[in-house]
Amino acid sequence: MWDFIDERRHEIIYSAFQHAYLVVLAVAIATVIAVVLAIAVTRIPRLAGLANVVSAVGLTIPSFALVGLLMAWSGIGPTTALICVTFYAVFPVLRNAVVGLRAVDPTLLESARGMGMGTLAVMARVQLPLAWPVILAGIRVSLQMSMGVAAIAAIALGPGLGVYIFTGISQLGGKNALPSVVVGTVLIVILALILDLILLLLGRTMTSKGIRVSR
Amino acid sequence: MTNSPELDTTTGRPAADISGAEITLDSVVKRYPGQKVAAVDSLSLTVPAGEIVMFVGPSGCGKTTSLKMINRLIEPTSGTIRIGGDDIRAKSEDELRRGIGYVIQGGSLFPHMTVAKNIAIVPKMLGWPAARIAERVDELLDLVGLDPARYRSRYPRELSGGQQQRVGVARGLAADPPVILMDEPFGAVDPITRQRLQDELLSIQRELRKTIVMVTHDIDEAVKLGDRVLILQEGAQIAQYDTPERILAAPANDFVDDFVGSGSQLKQLTLTRVSDIDLTPRTTCRVGESSATAIARAEQAGDQSLVVLDDRGRPVAWRFLRQVRRHETVQDGDRENMVTLDQRATLNDALDTMLTSSHGGAIVCGDRDQYLGVIDFDSVTEHMRALGREHADGAAPREPA
Repeated sequence: MWDFIDERRHEIIYSAFQHAYLVVLAVAIATVIAVVLAIAVTRIPRLAGLANVVSAVGLTIPSFALVGLLMAWSGIGPTTALICVTFYAVFPVLRNAVVGLRAVDPTLLESARGMGMGTLAVMARVQLPLAWPVILAGIRVSLQMSMGVAAIAAIALGPGLGVYIFTGISQLGGKNALPSVVVGTVLIVILALILDLILLLLGRTMTSKGIRVSR
Repeated sequence: MTNSPELDTTTGRPAADISGAEITLDSVVKRYPGQKVAAVDSLSLTVPAGEIVMFVGPSGCGKTTSLKMINRLIEPTSGTIRIGGDDIRAKSEDELRRGIGYVIQGGSLFPHMTVAKNIAIVPKMLGWPAARIAERVDELLDLVGLDPARYRSRYPRELSGGQQQRVGVARGLAADPPVILMDEPFGAVDPITRQRLQDELLSIQRELRKTIVMVTHDIDEAVKLGDRVLILQEGAQIAQYDTPERILAAPANDFVDDFVGSGSQLKQLTLTRVSDIDLTPRTTCRVGESSATAIARAEQAGDQSLVVLDDRGRPVAWRFLRQVRRHETVQDGDRENMVTLDQRATLNDALDTMLTSSHGGAIVCGDRDQYLGVIDFDSVTEHMRALGREHADGAAPREPA
């Protein structure tokens, strides 16, 4: 086991970095998409039903199948992996963003408008900051989930630690099979914990003291 | 019926010491689609510059709708509203609203912003320089009776309901707008706090002379705060628009009579102001003064207690001599929790306050909480007896002050 790690130290670290990079990028893109969609959904009530259906159906598509479908369209490579991870990462953020934006007291919004804030200012200065803790919780769920999805995306030759898992499985019975799978899995778990911690700390500094849940 | 003969309608411009602007509503109608009856059916009235006008009526009478049409949170179906002579549709909605203070129930502060940031919202949008905003925030906190150093960087959840509402009022006044709209601002606080907030508003208004339109469902609040009271029936039909004195003395119809309630002599309690009664002087002392000299002064005057004032002449405590004796010098008190009466408070408030006081009286303050004197139970009952005799003699009701 240690020999396996020692021989490939640089390669493993590089893969871990790529894995984290893929996930962070995908979640960042997904957050922007989800928040924009959530704003649209909370402003146009007719979209709410549609969004619910799409996110329910979306999450039932097996990620393995989606990777297969995407390969036919965007080919083999990191782009496919990014699209796939982003696709799944949108849903938890979207759901929380809709809940968070809706939970803002309407009298606060009316009060903001009554003071002469325009639509954009009300959104940027009142509604989004107040919904932020809930959205952030969605981002954390999304990040955890994306760690696993990114591993599967390795089948489309995406970068990251999934490669070790797939290589290990395909060589099952061989000398390096088990260490390969274990290294991939354990590192994904460790990465997930680290990123979650970073997000937690980032969230602390980004959430106003006035609405932070005191501990 | 619009009953405002003594208005200076020729200019519509505020007099020198009035910072408010006149508001006129002309045949304003609000009809919601799919509803047969208009929410507001042809409302016309003039709110004189620098006065407090109270919109009061049963729920669903259209009072809040009428208020929100003034800052275009609700667009009228037809009719014209003017502020200081200018049609409110001449400016953009946002520009109009930045020039009108808006205060709603509970203060409606933004929980993620500090007190200072909440107050600074409108001045910031108007592009005031940072130094001027900071100065204005402190000035306003002081005006509403909160110590700026202590409160400016707190978050709303660190404040009591009454303090939040005070900040809400400060926020409404922030950019010094000529017109302030208030939608049941004191509805969410306990009775004692409500009375204090009302008193403070009267004190602030004495200083600023804004045009204030306030919606309430509480006729006592309307009578206490209003220079004029607008009583509305369903569809925002004017039942009566007049001074509180005339509404109480001569209700226009049965609706008003029912709404106002009866009991002619007790009603005087809400009409008579503390300032109409002679205040009793009490021995005062300053925080930090020697206890012995203060006590000597009180004993010479025959007082059992001392009113403690801070260095700005605001009462901070009312102590019995034995309490003062315990310390070498006069100790500071808790000014913010000190229950006092504004000189424009009603006798109703005064009696309420006395009931909770161990001194059988209440401290009366003027502008910026300056100590004026003490009102005691005997002088209130004496005043009521005199009124009773007037009534018994068939004398005309007291003319309003």
